[in-house]
Amino acid sequence: MRRFWKMAVVMLVVLLPVRAADTPRQIIVKAILAEDESQKREFILSLVGQGDEAIEPLLTAWRKDSLFVYSTPEGARTPVELIGEKDAAGAQEGLRIEDGKPLLGADHQPLRLVGADQIAVEHTSSLRRAMKIVLDLIDLGAADPTKRIKAIQTIGQTQDAVKLPALQTCAKREADPRVQRALREAVALIQLKDPKAEVKLTALAELRELRSLGSLDFLYRTIKEAEAAKDNTILKPARAAVQAVEQHRSAVDFFGTIFRGISLGSILLVAALGLAITFGLMRVINMAHGEMIAVGAYTTYLVQNIFGAGITIPFFGLSLPIPGMNLTGSAYQWYFIAALPLSFIAAGLVGIGLERSVIRFLYKRPLESLLATWGVSLVLQQCFRLMFGANNVQVSSPVYLSGNWLVNDIILGWNRVFVIGFAILIVFGMWLVLSKTPLGLLIRASMQNRTMASCLGVRTERVNMLTFGLGSGLAGLAGAFLSQIGNVGPSLGQGYIIDSFMVVVVGGVGSIGGTIISAFSIGGIDQVLQQYLPDWAPGLAWVPGIGSFLQNLAQDAAVFGKILVLAGIILFLQRRPSGLFVTRSRNLDE
Amino acid sequence: MTPTSSQSSFWSNRKNIELACVGAAAVFLIFIFPLFNVLGWVSNFTISVWGKYLCYALLAYSVDLLWGYTGLLSLGQALFFALGGYMHGMYLMRMIGDLGQYHKPIPDFLVFLGWTKLPAFWEPFASFPFALLMVFLVPGAIAYVFGILAFRSRIRGVYFSILTQAMTYAASIMFFRNNLLLGGNNGFTDFKFILGHNLQAPTTQRALFVATAVTLLLVYGFCRWLKQTKFGLVQQAIRDGENRVLFSGYATAHFKLFVFVLAALIAAIGGALYVPQVGIINPGEMQADKSLEAVVWVAVGGRGTLLGPIIGAVGVNALKSWAVRAFPDLWYIVLGGLFILVVLFLPGGLVSLPKRLSPLWKRIRGAGTPAVADEPRVELKSEIVTPKS
Repeated sequence: MRRFWKMAVVMLVVLLPVRAADTPRQIIVKAILAEDESQKREFILSLVGQGDEAIEPLLTAWRKDSLFVYSTPEGARTPVELIGEKDAAGAQEGLRIEDGKPLLGADHQPLRLVGADQIAVEHTSSLRRAMKIVLDLIDLGAADPTKRIKAIQTIGQTQDAVKLPALQTCAKREADPRVQRALREAVALIQLKDPKAEVKLTALAELRELRSLGSLDFLYRTIKEAEAAKDNTILKPARAAVQAVEQHRSAVDFFGTIFRGISLGSILLVAALGLAITFGLMRVINMAHGEMIAVGAYTTYLVQNIFGAGITIPFFGLSLPIPGMNLTGSAYQWYFIAALPLSFIAAGLVGIGLERSVIRFLYKRPLESLLATWGVSLVLQQCFRLMFGANNVQVSSPVYLSGNWLVNDIILGWNRVFVIGFAILIVFGMWLVLSKTPLGLLIRASMQNRTMASCLGVRTERVNMLTFGLGSGLAGLAGAFLSQIGNVGPSLGQGYIIDSFMVVVVGGVGSIGGTIISAFSIGGIDQVLQQYLPDWAPGLAWVPGIGSFLQNLAQDAAVFGKILVLAGIILFLQRRPSGLFVTRSRNLDE
Repeated sequence: MTPTSSQSSFWSNRKNIELACVGAAAVFLIFIFPLFNVLGWVSNFTISVWGKYLCYALLAYSVDLLWGYTGLLSLGQALFFALGGYMHGMYLMRMIGDLGQYHKPIPDFLVFLGWTKLPAFWEPFASFPFALLMVFLVPGAIAYVFGILAFRSRIRGVYFSILTQAMTYAASIMFFRNNLLLGGNNGFTDFKFILGHNLQAPTTQRALFVATAVTLLLVYGFCRWLKQTKFGLVQQAIRDGENRVLFSGYATAHFKLFVFVLAALIAAIGGALYVPQVGIINPGEMQADKSLEAVVWVAVGGRGTLLGPIIGAVGVNALKSWAVRAFPDLWYIVLGGLFILVVLFLPGGLVSLPKRLSPLWKRIRGAGTPAVADEPRVELKSEIVTPKS
């Protein structure tokens, strides 16, 4: 029976070019009206590889008994699909299968038919199987290449030899190189299951050349089978293929890790840059820095809602309705761009308020500024909870941030690429502000020597305020970006605060360059550990007593890696207590 | 810091007032309060809640010893508190025996994780003396190693705070994992017995309460004694001007290390007493936020004082218990606001209130003379800030 199906598929594949004459709908009509079952089956199978969207619903309808043949009194037979709600008489609307238009009566009005009165279109098990093949292969003809690739991969992974001819035919007329590659892989995967050794060998050679990550499991299975059968002719090329694919995989892992390391480094940098100003330059321990990030993220959320349907914010019993602009489509996608400056301004204003009300009294008492700003962070977190709820809010990604590129099996998420570019941009912007503007000059002067600057007529109070506002604004800007990467909730800031402080301390307090280097080092090391710790875990077995325990821990790469990074930072500060770049000072207590 | 009083009357000496208050409070907590409980005038619930407050007071002492007396703001004391709790908790978990949900001889969460045999490091915790030893040893060893690393490289001031916070954070994310085999997210709970006594019984709870009160009294006495020894004086000198102490020939790192380990041990005892009374320990207890909360207690009570930690810990927690029920939404705003206000306007804490108010009081009474009893205030100078020249 199986052989028969294979033959059938081969046959219809041969017939494929003929199909141009009839649309899929016409073919289905013919199949319905055909008298002979084998004829019906041939018609159905001739649908293979056709990308028409009508095929799937019609065949499904056929299998679900909602196709009927309507006969006029004159004897003309029209296959119809009955759809829609049944009315009181049990009648439904009828659509002509031939063109999908409503069935018209003699008076040119749509006819309503009662299913029970019509001749139902039958389906036998052999027809159903034919339909299943068509449906399984339907996406092979899809217009969208990614859809085609997906369909091809699914077929390859099921290793169903029946579908091999269809794939081979597709390969002949496929123009897209990526789809071609997927086809070659799928064909090779199916051939891998072939009982004949020479076919297997060609498949192995092909897979070795393709180096597709998806084939790895199948290759290992082949090796296992060959080992069981002690088949050396297969075993050797199979091992070679596995080696090639594994090599490719480790390269992909390596470059993927580098990319993720850079992207994590950028995230850390963006989050820590504001702190590099408030902590690094001003020496204020702002524990509410994380909440400034959250202010930025929530501003993005608000702007998104203003561009959308609007939102009502409850606050201390009051409810504040914010109307929305109800934008749709590409206009709505602009919300993120609009949110960037707004989140900078919002967080900057909160920062200025904080500086005026609390921090300015504590410039001489850094430890106490730590405590007071922690109090502020508690208050702010609770305010977020009261205003936006204790749960995470939904910040959608604009289209231009939600896709990804697949470069040689390495996934590059657009949001990650964007955050890298953004980090470069704000570092450059900050450098411009600090070194090329009058404000930057005043900031540097006041931070280096507040008394002297003040003697020379700089209004240091005002500079302090603006500097803190700038640092907080940068944190807000970071928040807008992080809303695209992680969750936005009341405790968003808590997740970044410790990392941010670590980055600044390791980089050397007061050194922006150090902050940049340390952000990328910490990000890179963290990702390397996450990627490779599980591989290194078996190497921990030698530790007496707790070897297996350590191995167990190392499996939790994300957490254990983070702990190792923190431990590494403490050890690093042993060698360089003031971080990577020391800002020289004659002051003993610095 | 002892005031020099010109009057000879017993009650005008602040030290005597303080001692009398402490004595009265001690008698009340150790004898009268439990007695009321026996008589049924004080509910079992109140006893366990107050037991919790007193454990927190121990944690507050450990913060005060470091921050108030040595100028080291550690944000890692909750870690040592929780570690002490975990070590004692391991003993209590072993004491459940096979009375758990799964009726297996190993703790429930291990059964849940698929273990059939007790992991090796759990074995010795069936012995109370061993667990007690570990209550001291584990937090002490961690504090020692961290302290050596931190103080040897002269990590000070806010850097020390940030690093201790990072250490606490690292430990807490580790304890949240199931792979550590210490209960993961849920920690330890459902304890049944301690030293053969039923843990739920009022007598056991009462005994634990008395033990906590006695420990607290001992710690108070120890701190009082330590404060006026030479060691204590060096310790306070380090707070006020570390470089001068260093250049006078004292190895400040050793002093700081000793205090750090000592504070860790006090916190660990607090944690070990906390667990049986509260009945649960989980990684939530060792987060950096908890450390900061303990710092709030001390700041509110008055740092660098002996009564401040108790007043702060009991006061803030009693306020919390009430506020969480009365205004569940606003509690954190109250706590945060309280903290900001204390830092800005009352750096000496509640303990300094009578002294601050006494000139006012005198003016109201019409004494007219300016207050002379004001002792020279010790400036709590911070490490980093110095006028830049």
